[in-house]
Amino acid sequence: MKKHKLLYFLLLAIMVFISACGQGTQKTASNEAASSDKPKETAQQSEQPKNNGDAGNKAQETVKIGAILPYSGVYASLGENLTKGMELYFESVNWQAGGKKIELIKEDEENDPQASLRKFRKLVDQDKIDILTGTVSTAVAYALRDEVNSKQVPYLVAHAGGDDLTRSKRSDYIWRSSFNSWQIGTSMGQYAYGHIAKKVYLAAADYAFGKEVSKAFKKAFTDAGGEIVGEVYPPLGSNDYASYLTQIKSAKPEAVYSFFAGSDAVRFVKQYEQYGLKGKITLIGSGWLNAEDIRPATGNSGEGVVSTMFWDYGMQTPENKAFVDAYEKKYNSRPSIESVEGYDAARMIVEVFNNLKGDTSDKKKVSDEFGKVSFASPRGPLKLDPETHHVIQNLHVFKTVIKDGKTENEFVETVGEFKDPGK
Amino acid sequence: MDVIGIQLVNGLSYGLLLFMITSGLSLIFGIMGVLNLAHASLYMVGAYLALAITHYTIQNFLLALIVAPLLVGLISVLLEVFLLRPTYHLGHLSQVLLTFGLAYVIHDIVRWMWGADVQWLPLPDWLGGAVELFGQTFPLYRLVVMGIGFGVAAAMWILQEKTRWGAIVRAGLSNKEMVGGLGINIKLVFTVVFAVGGFLAGFGGVAAGPILGLFPGMEFEILILSLVILVVGGLGSILGTLIASLIIGVVDTFGKVLFPQLSLFIIFGLMAVVLIVKPTGLLGKQVHGNG
Repeated sequence: MKKHKLLYFLLLAIMVFISACGQGTQKTASNEAASSDKPKETAQQSEQPKNNGDAGNKAQETVKIGAILPYSGVYASLGENLTKGMELYFESVNWQAGGKKIELIKEDEENDPQASLRKFRKLVDQDKIDILTGTVSTAVAYALRDEVNSKQVPYLVAHAGGDDLTRSKRSDYIWRSSFNSWQIGTSMGQYAYGHIAKKVYLAAADYAFGKEVSKAFKKAFTDAGGEIVGEVYPPLGSNDYASYLTQIKSAKPEAVYSFFAGSDAVRFVKQYEQYGLKGKITLIGSGWLNAEDIRPATGNSGEGVVSTMFWDYGMQTPENKAFVDAYEKKYNSRPSIESVEGYDAARMIVEVFNNLKGDTSDKKKVSDEFGKVSFASPRGPLKLDPETHHVIQNLHVFKTVIKDGKTENEFVETVGEFKDPGK
Repeated sequence: MDVIGIQLVNGLSYGLLLFMITSGLSLIFGIMGVLNLAHASLYMVGAYLALAITHYTIQNFLLALIVAPLLVGLISVLLEVFLLRPTYHLGHLSQVLLTFGLAYVIHDIVRWMWGADVQWLPLPDWLGGAVELFGQTFPLYRLVVMGIGFGVAAAMWILQEKTRWGAIVRAGLSNKEMVGGLGINIKLVFTVVFAVGGFLAGFGGVAAGPILGLFPGMEFEILILSLVILVVGGLGSILGTLIASLIIGVVDTFGKVLFPQLSLFIIFGLMAVVLIVKPTGLLGKQVHGNG
């Protein structure tokens, strides 16, 4: 009996362990798990000027870019795709910017704020990087924020989408080229009322990003005159959506707006069909619901999904075609949303270096230069807002259709340009 | 009312799916006293093997449902003979650490072989349909899974209660030395038990594939629920595991509907209550000796 007590104890200890770290084990595409744990003290932002590394930089013949991205664990594939996108662009400019050679130093984000802080210090103190980029996890981006700010390292956020990074946590040195929750949710909220449904049910993964997206959708949709007939927030990484789907069905909405990504998205879309909702209640959501890496698994269940996103594989602009061709030629696989994010971030960094002719001695000047960059990206016209430091971009509507027995996303229309209000 | 009915069926079918996966774990734990934390990894391996079978070779789901678990059973035999057997004298802690480490190794191997993207086991058309139930659409396959789950439970009960093999296993559960002393090869019994456990895990994996999907990490989601069921049901009792699975399935389903944010908490709460009221689990036996 004593031994069994020990076993019970071990069992409980392990359960606590798995449920604590297991939440992150499912592959939730773009969407930074647990971004809710924001650092509380933002007050102590000591702005003492530090000029470590400045002297060295002037003499350098290279510009150094530090990238903190997930190369292991849950988000590894996102990190890989972001890197592939970046390297594709650097290759297209021969790894040259502002007359200097580009050096990309990669560090593993490990989906761990503390580990990432260590990596960041290493990049700054040892490698003496000129610019920081990366982070998929919003929690990591928030953790880096204060030190980036106090060490005055220009930082271009290439993925993490939490609203506050360019709102209450805005920094002179931090810019974001990817997206935020507000852009994703608001775009569909505005589009859905006029084009899809008047009564919508909300279903989103229960964590900071999912909550932010649905809040943005809800505001835009109800402002337009729509009605939310119910909402449900299943835990991140739910196995089974059966009970939620039964509930949604009995509420009889005209459409369901959902935010799920990765394995959650696949399960939700699959079970949506299994429970007979497909074809009767339109499924709308963010582009992660019918992204390139999701659709092979969802198969024909994904037919009819309508989403808003800043980019999709099927966009027929010359810039996108060129990007897709180059990407497929180099990697022999389709680019994902993250590939484009990497490609655009790399281009912004290169343009900043070019404009400064490779002179990175004044960090503030390097950072401010991001506000002047604008170009036609594969996703459309792209620029950064000098006021909020957040990307201004078009959001588009895509619909999943079946072509030759396989699903493809069809471009429907552009909803408009989205500029974050900054609050 | 209809909605409650359909939710009940939802819960029961989820519970029976969990039962298929947990029964093997419970069998191994009950008889060998080994808490095999790699059990859910075998569940994942079963699902991925079925994927390989349905994609690249015979493309027959039903055949995959038999072949993949058999292969998993074979893998379990290798694990038992070469990894676990040398650790029996080391005690629970080393076994727990070993199997937990093994779970991570298998996780990385699966990831390396099949990639991190989510995949899905395709169902044959005649299984993929839906039926009318309580005036609602219900996936036919989930009903089939319920049937299979009850079938597995019945087979295990008959095997354990009505056959000589079952008698040996039950005897082994009470006193291993005694069984060994009777001239029965206890090592062989252990290996067989482990193989059956592995088979059941693989079987659950294939059955779950068309409902839950496949990706590295799927095993830890199931492991946590399996361990809860194990504690609630009690050690070494197939009936206990069955009842606990059904309870957890139904409680989880209604928990999601009524208090979506608290659903996991409710399950742990239930487990805590069971542990306080009846520390051996609902139908657990007091096991003495070197269990």
